[in-house]
Amino acid sequence: MTMLPTHTEKKLGLVIDLDTCVGCHGCVTACKGWNTQNYGAPLSDMDAYGADPEGTFLNRVFNYEVAPADGGASQTVHFPKSCLHCEDAPCVTVCPTGASYKRVSDGIVLVNEDRCMGCGLCAWACPYGARELDYDAGIMKKCTLCVDRIYNENIPEVDRVPACVRTCPAGARHFGDLGDPDSDVSKLVAERGGMDLMPEQGTKPVNKYLPPRPKDTLDKQPPKALETVAVEAEGFLGWLDKALEKL
Amino acid sequence: MHPAPSVIVFTSISGLGFGYFIWLGLGIPDLYGWEAFAAFFVAYAFSVGGLLASVFHLANKKNAIYSFSQWKTSWLSREGILSVLALLAFAVFAIGRIFFATALPVFGYLGAALALLTVFSTSMIYTQLKTVPRWNMPINPVLFLLYSVAGGALLSMQPKVAGVLIVLLTALQVAGWMMGDKRLAESGSTKGTATGLNTIGQVRLFESAHTSRNYILDEMVHMVGRKHAQKLRMISIVALGAVPAALLLLLPPNLIVTLVALASHVIGVFASRWLFFAEAEHVVGLYYNRD
Repeated sequence: MTMLPTHTEKKLGLVIDLDTCVGCHGCVTACKGWNTQNYGAPLSDMDAYGADPEGTFLNRVFNYEVAPADGGASQTVHFPKSCLHCEDAPCVTVCPTGASYKRVSDGIVLVNEDRCMGCGLCAWACPYGARELDYDAGIMKKCTLCVDRIYNENIPEVDRVPACVRTCPAGARHFGDLGDPDSDVSKLVAERGGMDLMPEQGTKPVNKYLPPRPKDTLDKQPPKALETVAVEAEGFLGWLDKALEKL
Repeated sequence: MHPAPSVIVFTSISGLGFGYFIWLGLGIPDLYGWEAFAAFFVAYAFSVGGLLASVFHLANKKNAIYSFSQWKTSWLSREGILSVLALLAFAVFAIGRIFFATALPVFGYLGAALALLTVFSTSMIYTQLKTVPRWNMPINPVLFLLYSVAGGALLSMQPKVAGVLIVLLTALQVAGWMMGDKRLAESGSTKGTATGLNTIGQVRLFESAHTSRNYILDEMVHMVGRKHAQKLRMISIVALGAVPAALLLLLPPNLIVTLVALASHVIGVFASRWLFFAEAEHVVGLYYNRD
């Protein structure tokens, strides 16, 4: 049933550090790779070598420019976006077939591909654009938080985190239980002022974003312009200047 | 939102069909035999045709049967169940009237109530979405129901009733457009809240996450239609409201007048339903828009 659980035993999710992310798209590639070869229908590409290629991705990295209100220098923020595994996930309750569900054991939002009819209503209900219908398979794809890695005892323990987290070269992505106030991710969120995306939508996202740290203020006041050294040329250059002026 | 023809046809035609059923269920007009057969044929063709059009919208049709299972939370599931129940109630009602000259009013009233609830569920599929502020307002279900009942009155050949309902519908539709124009701003969602970067300053898209199109852009960031929105609003007011209302209320009632009014009204409904989708802004566009 597509009723949301009143309580989940864990709230597994990601903490994404917008200060540290360098925008390399490594997480995008790792996600596409893992989720094409493992759980569920592969993430297809359409017209991959043609004039108008497009494909299904579960994670995408945007770039935004933020101009401070006080007129200081603008900054670029790299912004990875994937499913936030919301506590009040609107994508789950709108599903007519029961394909969308939120797990009681760990709070992960998943799609049962054997029931999905590809109506797309869950993607309409998501404010974050986290669900993409796969044009080849005709079913809805979304971040699984790599359920097939995080509990997988056949891979080394160090790899039992989502592929995006494992691959991030900057250490900008963190994985853990955000329902446990003593977990590393919860402490990180408390320390750095982790925030929700579009809180006004009432979705209560589990994933948190750490805002960029305040920039130093050196370039707030632009350096003084250099003083003019010579106002008027004298001597030969002065004569040349006047002569050229008259031409 | 992407104005997919299948969904426009589905909501318009099935709304008309169920609207016709509502009147037939109430015994207006009171038909038997061949006349009843013709009326129910039209009502079934419109409602079932509309529902079939919606099935074309599905990317994985083989699982469509499961859509009857989630009535506890899903308006789409409720709509499916209610529509089947309404069509079954009317099957008994229609058989009684066509073959046995029997009225069976209980099935008529039951069917009319179920048809009304079906149209309400259709409207709630859209109205429930907080992500599309223009749809997420109480006037939308009222409009869907009025479209259905007014179109049904036209089909059931009641020129004066239809004329009055159409005047009311047109006024409310204009009010709906005006309210809808303010909804995105009222939702409070901005590029700043979408990225959480509003605490730092003004947010602008520097580079999108992908250079090609994708499902999200195809489905939810439709921009083309908005350019001609004002013109299309005028066209749909004239076609769905002004022309039929003038014909029905000012001219002496006859079949030709009613049919011309119906044709004009249906064209207007399609234009207005196209706008319903094309004008609807989804908040995910905040991540993509350049402004």
